[in-house]
Amino acid sequence: MKKYTYTEKKDTRSGFGAGLLEAGKKNPEVVALCADLVGSLKMDAFIKEFPERFFQIGIAEANMIGIAAGLTIGGKVPFTGTFANFSTGRVYDQIRQSVAYSDKNVKICASHAGLTLGEDGATHQILEDIGLMKMLPGMTVINTCDYNQTKAATIAIAEHHGPVYLRFGRPVIPVFTDPDQKFEIGKAWMVNEGTDVTIIATGHMVWKAIEAGEKLAELGIDAEIINIHTIKPLDEEAVLKSVKKTGCVVTCEEHNKLGGLGESVARLLSTELPSPQEFVAVNDSFGESGTPDQLMTKYGLDSINIVEAAQKVIKRAKK
Amino acid sequence: MKHKINELEDIAAQVRRDIVRMVHACQSGHPGGSLGCADFMTALYFEIMNHSTDFKMDGKGEDLFFLSNGHISPVFYSVLARSGYFDIAEMATFRKLNSRLQGHPTTHEGLPGIRIASGSLGQGMSVAIGAAQAKKLNKDQSTVFVLLGDGELQEGQNWEAIMYAPHNKVDNLIASIDYNGQQIDGPTEKVLSLENLQAKFEAFGWNVINSDGNDMDSIVKALHYAKSLTGKGKPILNLMSTQMGYGVDFMMGSHKWHGVAPNDEQLAAALAQLSSTLKDY
Repeated sequence: MKKYTYTEKKDTRSGFGAGLLEAGKKNPEVVALCADLVGSLKMDAFIKEFPERFFQIGIAEANMIGIAAGLTIGGKVPFTGTFANFSTGRVYDQIRQSVAYSDKNVKICASHAGLTLGEDGATHQILEDIGLMKMLPGMTVINTCDYNQTKAATIAIAEHHGPVYLRFGRPVIPVFTDPDQKFEIGKAWMVNEGTDVTIIATGHMVWKAIEAGEKLAELGIDAEIINIHTIKPLDEEAVLKSVKKTGCVVTCEEHNKLGGLGESVARLLSTELPSPQEFVAVNDSFGESGTPDQLMTKYGLDSINIVEAAQKVIKRAKK
Repeated sequence: MKHKINELEDIAAQVRRDIVRMVHACQSGHPGGSLGCADFMTALYFEIMNHSTDFKMDGKGEDLFFLSNGHISPVFYSVLARSGYFDIAEMATFRKLNSRLQGHPTTHEGLPGIRIASGSLGQGMSVAIGAAQAKKLNKDQSTVFVLLGDGELQEGQNWEAIMYAPHNKVDNLIASIDYNGQQIDGPTEKVLSLENLQAKFEAFGWNVINSDGNDMDSIVKALHYAKSLTGKGKPILNLMSTQMGYGVDFMMGSHKWHGVAPNDEQLAAALAQLSSTLKDY
């Protein structure tokens, strides 16, 4: 197992804030919109640098999506920011008609995704957003795993033409990816090569997959760990190549097991390479109040859950 | 004036022929609202807006128009074709398989003149505000127009946008309301009353003007006046009285013709009331 270490913990949303500032410096057409959550989205640095390119919308997410679509018509590259729940479910039809169907170059940037939003509870913890967004034709869906990857992804989507959903989170977590990485949309990252089981993880679950890989190594299991940050378009080649070698797969995501990364992988494998699969994901339920760590444990999203899923799926593969 | 009033009225008569013929040919679509807005749309595209039929999505240096109540697509398609965005013959494909003239307007099929999909109501005002703010960032002095249905104002997103535009001094925006008092289920008064729209918009900080949307002289004057009010710190609302179905007597003043196509006899009766001033497509 390749050794991953970290010297600091940071939140992925701060990576977004840093990336937005960089994207703004690189391209004068980049503009930002926020629905009364500037501090939460870490947009302050961008606003300070480019006050005339920032639009405070107020608590009016539907209007924000429409205004963003309109801004693209004048050649702007708008980044909208609010919590994941208010970025997707609340404004699904606005995104569908004014952005996706209209092929508008809007970057929908969503913080506080998943359970790790914590104490605010289920009203704010969306676990369905990946599913909602990946079903929209033409929508790119990205869920990043640490500060550095989020920063790099933010810069990369500014250079990509087309609607994007960028999902990140609230808690501070280990920073373990390369600070100078080039983010390639749609390209999986090989975290660790192995032969016994493929572990595919996205978002906050990537670090947990690394922890699980270390535990599995102690148990004599050689896990291949792949980070799929771009859920759509899925890097099908990377998934198939790995599962062809290992014969089984565990998918890990901070999302409902319905509609998420796991289902995208299952759809691919069922048509190309039927293989045993286990899902480490929320079992079709809402979240609740609690600390991020408590919630990840209660809803079965800890590294131990990945270890158990790997052991189970290997047994199924050997039958 | 680019045209005399009677010339614009002649174009509007042909637009109305196009509307009823399109809707008849596919036996679906929305003739009532389309007919009611034929004068406004003719005035906009043939008199008021500075625009190029050599279509570019960004529309830099041009006035832009957004149709929020997308179901009145027949009138939109007719004025676009008649002003030269695409061949008038293409109107024959309206609502048919593989057409660029979808039931509701879309950018998806690449029809020149369309900058956003609309149909799901309540979204056009926000989009127009975004386009207007992009013009300001681009130091582009031109104006953005948007048309909304009155029933459409029941959608909450509109009020988010109506609150936003004055606060942000979006004064290069002229919104018009197709104030015909009708919606699918009946008179707006009965379905969900809009109460005093002028007072509502003024309370939100808009500069409100009134016009008769079925009197070409009134609508042209109102739109010229509205344009003279741009750049003065407030968005402008043209509260435009119209009659659904205007120009075809048996379609007028009732919600019955909101989304119903005429049969062969009704088509003949309608066309008999509308002189063919340009050539039919």
